[in-house]
This record gives sequence, structure tokens and C-alpha cells, in this order.
Amino acid sequence: MLLYVIKRLLLLPLLVIIFSMFAFFIIQAPPGDFVTSYIAELAASGSSIDQAQIDGLRSLYGLDQPIYVQYLKWMGRIITGDLGVSLDWQRPIAELIGERLLLTVLLGIFTFLFTWALAIPIGILSATKQYSFIDYFFTVVNYFGVSTPTFMTALVLMWLAFSKFGISITGLFSAEYVDAPWTYDRVVDMLKHMWLPMVILGLDGTARLARVMRANLLDELKKPYMEMARAKGMSEWRLVMKYPVRLALNPLVSTIGWYLPLIFSGSVIVATVLNLPTIGPMLLRSLTNQDMFLAGSIILIYGFLAIIGTLISDILLVWLDPRIRMEES
Amino acid sequence: MNNLTKPLLTVRNLKTYFKLDEGMVKAVDGVDFDVFPGQVVGIVGESGCGKSVTIKSALRIVEKPGEIVDGEILYHPQKNADANDGPVDLVTLKAHGKKMRDIRGNEIALIPQEPMAAFSPVHTIGNQLIEAVRLHQKVNKKQAFDIAVQALHEVGMPNPERRMGAYSWELSGGLRQRAMIAMALTCNPSLLIADEPTTAIDVTTQAQVLNLLRSLQERHNMSIIFITHDLGVIAQVADFVVVMYLGRVMETGTVDDIFHNPQHPYTKALLESIPTVHSPSKELLPTIEGSIPHPFNRPAGCPFYPRCADFMAGVCDKRTPSLQKINDKQSVSCFLHHDKAEEDEAA
Repeated sequence: MLLYVIKRLLLLPLLVIIFSMFAFFIIQAPPGDFVTSYIAELAASGSSIDQAQIDGLRSLYGLDQPIYVQYLKWMGRIITGDLGVSLDWQRPIAELIGERLLLTVLLGIFTFLFTWALAIPIGILSATKQYSFIDYFFTVVNYFGVSTPTFMTALVLMWLAFSKFGISITGLFSAEYVDAPWTYDRVVDMLKHMWLPMVILGLDGTARLARVMRANLLDELKKPYMEMARAKGMSEWRLVMKYPVRLALNPLVSTIGWYLPLIFSGSVIVATVLNLPTIGPMLLRSLTNQDMFLAGSIILIYGFLAIIGTLISDILLVWLDPRIRMEES
Repeated sequence: MNNLTKPLLTVRNLKTYFKLDEGMVKAVDGVDFDVFPGQVVGIVGESGCGKSVTIKSALRIVEKPGEIVDGEILYHPQKNADANDGPVDLVTLKAHGKKMRDIRGNEIALIPQEPMAAFSPVHTIGNQLIEAVRLHQKVNKKQAFDIAVQALHEVGMPNPERRMGAYSWELSGGLRQRAMIAMALTCNPSLLIADEPTTAIDVTTQAQVLNLLRSLQERHNMSIIFITHDLGVIAQVADFVVVMYLGRVMETGTVDDIFHNPQHPYTKALLESIPTVHSPSKELLPTIEGSIPHPFNRPAGCPFYPRCADFMAGVCDKRTPSLQKINDKQSVSCFLHHDKAEEDEAA
């Protein structure tokens, strides 16, 4: 087990390097560069810029050099902890995404916990009481959850809150705390705002996860070990929780890996609609403006999260399922 | 068996039906038999004859949509305080209730058909044995561990302490079934129900497992209900035999009577279709004509009449014969053996 974890940790840097190459390639892929779109922007507003200035900008950011040199320079800076400067915002990237990243991760974790805390019990109830009223009830609710786009839910809730109660539920902070330094009161204020985006973002995932849990558990409930556990004289709930639930959870654990980055990237529209100070809308803007270093940094962080998520789920899976443990050693 | 001792288990007119969308499947349709203390009863029959459903009914673990619709299953508890209060009708108990759970695993234990699937793959053998011990005995973990190791030792598991930490898929088929038997033994049950315990293992290991069951039966003076479709296995282990066909009992008797003096045409046909070392090699074995009817269109009257060599038109296809004693050890459910007077009375 320990050996397996060490092996996986040793692979980590290699994965990150490969991923960083992809990230860099992707942000380089669209035709033109930041300067091109900067010129277009200037032209649109009526002003212009001369060739010397353009060349100056290009060499300043190293845009005139071959792609691998650009990549190596970029990686070199990142290794020393310098994410570079946003071309668009003209501010250091670390400073730009620092708080947004923290808020995004917090929101992601809350959403994740909310999803699992709700979906697993619903799945268990639906499966153990298959074709009962409660099962049909959750089936209907789940289909609503899966089929309603999250931004739609967000819009409807915003409209309801505003038209019925006259409150605005956008953002993660009250007006007086938006730019305030971190204090206890600001954390409390954030938690007061956090639950709504958490619920909106979590509904879709909850519905999906509950359906998967139900299906997995229904498969397990038919297994002979159930009959055996009953024949031993175990009470029904105890045996359901000990054997089939445990086995039905295993495949779900392996989904944590892609779930983490999905929350961050999937929330772009909702975050835009709800005006959340998270990283999604910033990525969108950096991509449309070809703000390559900012976009690259964010994509790199997404990738890193995906890799960490996969690592966590793999370790959990090995810990949970002795059959996989056996294969690994 | 001597008739002076009271039976441990008495099954009377048991009917377990499965209500499906396509219709009613009468998996068990009026089954009667007794199990006396210390007796090994073999229930034999083709696939789908209701033998597994019969014992699942006795354990009250029939799965939905199956339901016991009629009959009694009288059991004499041997352990708890009301051991002297006479028999309990298991049919009247709540399937998942405390009373039934105190009997399941504790008084009546099950050895399943496929030990591989009956053990959880993500829990150790030890975990599942200790759980069985602690469900019915007030002991701490250490004591439960010792009881479990003792049980593994008794079934001939090499290195029992080490095997406690093993997973079921790390053991061979034979050892896995031994571990299952050990789990059934942990609470020292009075009745062991073995549901085709040797079907999933190879022939040499089969013989070992059968010998083990026999010796455990003698040592603990348990009763065993042994379910199989293999008449050879029945001949090896059983004292008393119940022959089932399509949810009904065709014939019961001691193992000698059944093998040497079969009375029901079905039993006779079954025995004729077993190859022996004396049968001529080039000749085809006799088979039973026809095939088992589909559960949705069971014949009226005797379930076996469409395939029966001694079919009597106007009798067998009109009325259902009941199980009747033909001597003090053997009972047959066939009009050939019904006393004419009794028959008219029944009709």
C-alpha cells in the first residue's frame, strides 16, 4: 500500500510536465497572439499602433521566439514560483488568481461534500425501497436535476429571490466585505453566501450520483452474499450498510478524480450568471482576449487538480478494495 | 427413524408462490416432510423443482416477489429460554424480525451453493466469521476471534489463525467451502441446511467436503437438510430422502428404500437414468420422456403425468394425488399406491 502511494507520487512530476506541454500547446493553438487581439481591440476603439511598438511588445513577451523557447522560458519562471504577468490586466498572475483560486476550491469542496452527503443516502433509499413511492419521488426529482441546466436554476432562483423577497443573491460577499481583508466576519459573510451557489452547482451532480448509486446498489443487492448475511441473522439495515453499500461505493470513488476539475470548469456559466468571484469567468475572459500566460496558468492549475484528484481517488480505491490492492503489490 | 423422538422441523403443506407480471409461479406447492434430531435429510430433484425455495422458506429468506401463501413450518427451538415451550411456526414470524433472526444462523444455519459469491470480497474471512459469532453470542472480539479460529480448525483449515486475515478469493474452492461450513458452525446450530454445497467444487474436493459434513454431523449431533440434484451425493450422505418434482413431494423414504425399492414412477425413472459400471457401454441411457413443463402452464392433476410411464387417463390428469404412507417408512404421492377407498374420500 505504502509502496503504491510512493510509486504514484513519483509519477506525479512527470504527469505535470506532460500536462504543462499540452496546456501550452493548447493556448498557443488559436491563430494570432495577444498582440494581434490587442491591435484588434485598439482598432475597434478607433486608435492604432505602429509596427515598432508592435515588435516591441512581441519581443517584450517573447512572442517572436520559437514555441519551445517560449515554453521553456514559461516553465522556468513557473518553477521559480513566478506565474508571470497578465497581458490583459497588467498585474501579476499570482496576485490575480490567488483569492479567486481559494474561493473556487472552497466552493468546489463544499459542493462536493453537499453532493455526496445528499446523493448517497438518496441512492441507498431508492435502491432498498425500489419501486416504492419514495423511489419514484426521487426518480422524478433526479430527472429534473439532471435535465435542468445549472445556470437556468441559478437564473430562476435569482429571479424568485429578487421578485418575492427583494434580495439579490449574487456574489459571494456582501457589498461591505467585497474588498475587505480576511477577518472572522468576512468568513462568516462568505459562508452565508456560499450555500446558494453550492446548492445550485451541486443539484446536477447530486442527481447523477444518486442515480448511479441506486443502479450500483441494485446490482449488489442481488448478490448471494446478501442472502448469506441474512441467513446469518443480521438485521436488514446493518447488512445493507456493511456489504452492498460498501461495494456499490467503490466505483463511485474512482469518479472523484475527474469530479474535482469538473466543478471548477463546469461552473463557468453559473459563476458568470451569479457573478461569483471564482476562477471560471476569469479563464473565459483570458481565453477570449488571448491572455496566454493567465490562461496557461489557470489551465495548468486545472490539470494539477485533475492529477491530484485522480491520485486521491486511486489511493482511496486501493485502500477500500483489497482486490485492487492485491493486483498492485 | 424412530417415531418416539419429536421432529426438529416439520413442514406441512408449504406453499411458496412468486407473483410475477406474467402470472403466478407456484415454486413450492404443498410440500410435507419432517427432519428428526440427528438425521440427514436429502432433498433431491431437478433444477426448478422448488427445493431451494423450500429451504429458503424455512429460513424465511425468500426474496420478493416470493411469498409463503400457506402451510406451516414448525421448529423446536433448542437454545433459547423458550426451548421447552414447544414448536414455533416460522411462517407466523416476521421475516426480518428479531425472533426469526435469533433462529437464523443461530439455530438453523445455511451453507450456500457458491461460497465464492456468498463471502463479501472486500471483507476478510475472519471479519465475517467473527460477525457471525457476535450476532448470536455475547462475547468480546478476542473471544469471538478464538471461537472463529476453533471453527476453522475443526473444518480442517490449515493455518486457521493466518486464514482469518485472508479474503475469500485468496482461498481455493474447497477451502472456501470449508470456511463457509466453519461460519455455519460458529454458533453450534441444531439444523444445518446445505444448499448444493458441492456443486461449485471439483469431484475430489466434493468427497472431502461430504465426509467433513458427515463427521461434523456425528460429532455435533446436528440435523442436516442436504439439497442436491445429484443422486450419487444423496446415497453418500443422506439417511432419509425427499424426492421433489415441480414444487411437490413425489416420494419420501429411507435412503435404502428409495434406492432399492422406489415406488413412484418418477423416482424409478430417475434411478434408471443413472449410469452404472454394469451398464453396457454402447447403449443409450434411459431418459425421462419429455421435459419439465413451463412454470406458467403446469398440468392439472399430478404434475408428473405428461411424462409418466404409468399414466392413467381420466385419473392422473384430473386430480392431484396426495402424499400417503405405504408402509411405516415410505410415503408416495401417486394414484398407483392410493388406497381406493381413501382416494374416493379425498375426492
